[in-house]
Amino acid sequence: MASRNHIFVLADECKGCGLCIDACPLNVLEFADGLNSMGYRPAHYKGDGCSACGTCFYTCPEPGAITVIRNVESLEKGNCKHCGKTVFLIPDSRDPSRKRCIDCHQLLNEK
Amino acid sequence: MKSNILQKSDSFYDIFTRKGGTQLQSTHYCPGCGHGILHKLIAEAISDFGIQDRTVLISPVGCSVFAYYYFDVGNIQSAHGRAPAVATGYKRSNPDSIMISYQGDGDLAAIGANEILQAANRGEQMTVFFVNNAIYGMTGGQMAPTTLIGQKSTTTPRGRSAQNEGFPLRMSEIIATLEAPVYVERVMLTDTKNIARTRKAVRKALSIQIEKKGFSFVEVLSPCPTGWKMTPVNSKKWITDVLSRYFEPGLKKDVSEDRQPVIQMRPQPHFDQYHELLDIKSLSDELKDIALPEIRQVNDEIKIAGFGGQGVLSLGYALANIAMGHAYQVSWLPSYGPEMRGGTANCSVKISDLRVASPIIDNPHTLVAMNKPSLKRFENDVQPGGLILYDSGLIDTAPERKDVQVMGINATEEADALGSTKAANMIMLGAYVKLRGYLSKDYILKALPLIIKNKAFTELNEKAFKRGMELAKI
Repeated sequence: MASRNHIFVLADECKGCGLCIDACPLNVLEFADGLNSMGYRPAHYKGDGCSACGTCFYTCPEPGAITVIRNVESLEKGNCKHCGKTVFLIPDSRDPSRKRCIDCHQLLNEK
Repeated sequence: MKSNILQKSDSFYDIFTRKGGTQLQSTHYCPGCGHGILHKLIAEAISDFGIQDRTVLISPVGCSVFAYYYFDVGNIQSAHGRAPAVATGYKRSNPDSIMISYQGDGDLAAIGANEILQAANRGEQMTVFFVNNAIYGMTGGQMAPTTLIGQKSTTTPRGRSAQNEGFPLRMSEIIATLEAPVYVERVMLTDTKNIARTRKAVRKALSIQIEKKGFSFVEVLSPCPTGWKMTPVNSKKWITDVLSRYFEPGLKKDVSEDRQPVIQMRPQPHFDQYHELLDIKSLSDELKDIALPEIRQVNDEIKIAGFGGQGVLSLGYALANIAMGHAYQVSWLPSYGPEMRGGTANCSVKISDLRVASPIIDNPHTLVAMNKPSLKRFENDVQPGGLILYDSGLIDTAPERKDVQVMGINATEEADALGSTKAANMIMLGAYVKLRGYLSKDYILKALPLIIKNKAFTELNEKAFKRGMELAKI
């Protein structure tokens, strides 16, 4: 059965230190193929197998680079104006009305 | 995990707007730096405890100097090593605030070692997070007090030697020996288990402060991949294998169960006591029966100059006090060298019916010159139409200015005739009061013994003051 949990890495905030990849007990993170806008090779969720233990989140030195979601199904669904798909939306911690597309990582209602 | 989402804490700013920054979503720290991890743990605790609106974080000098760009709490950036002193002042005047002193090992264990010891010893109600990475990270990897024996740094290229640089300081153990601190623990940012311990220690330390129990201190062994020239993953291994052997993690002190909360009140100023402490109560009390002349429009800026021992500062002090007793606004600003006697001395006295904005005088209305160098130095600064009083016995060349009122008083010789050279300043006071005419003679005669308290001079000062009034001819 596929994992219902999800690790969401904002590629442009990741500095490619690799701590989360090293720490993940289930080995579900890897380095991405490409480089981000800063020139680092960011971490990337393999797409399956996350148990939402939070280890990667607490190991990551960047405040906002990693978001871990337990049970994606609990999230609200909506249309992403950027990628056009119907996707799960992640609410922002400071402003829950502001949401981010789980697929393309773009903010939907930027102020 | 409290909710279904583990994400950026709302105690962080949304965007890390900062000077010179280009990537405003991420911190300025190097990849794999321990600061970011500790920042996240602290921010999470602040949000969970609901103390964001009363937390003040003191940024140190070091890599974490820019912590104020990240934490959405009250922020103060303090001078190198002085975070505990700043936190002390802030906390004592705002007892409900939560003070976090966030310091590195160069900041806390070197230049600020005394600050932290004294603050810990006083048991100030604050939480200190001490980030120990065994070097000076920000400046490029120099030796810190916490650098290990044999560890190479840019200032110990052959490795630190105990003979030359001494042994690494174990700050947690030192602080734990003190009586006042409530909670001292050393943790490390390595594997999951130890990060979880760090998280627990951060929360424990903050909750002790929330409960007003006193001083809490958490030392965090933190990776510095750049300074150590290692990969982030190897840095963690180095902490586990090497650094933590000398800096042993664990609880060093915890008396939080035995300590009672100490409720501090915001200090209230007692102005009545200020007067008593400054000894100005006696003047206004004892002289309240004397009728004072009405307040006039006065704006006199007086420069009194001479050599040390002539009573230059006392003259200014007496004049300012007398005018204050008449309900004028005054300031008195002395300026003198390190010598108690001899050397040059001068003071600036401002007397006005309006508030005095600044005690500094560049162009005095009145110059009282007690010796020749003083006259030379200040003569040309006097405003046109002003007054120059000078000691004609000591100064053989009269002032050259024609656009000011000039009066020579043979103060020193006259004072000698009265019994002591020291009374020359009171002769000048008498002359000034006579020439300016807005201060009450009766009041001054009563006030002088209260201002200049040495009883041996009471009679002499009175005679000298009267003599000064006689000598000044209008």
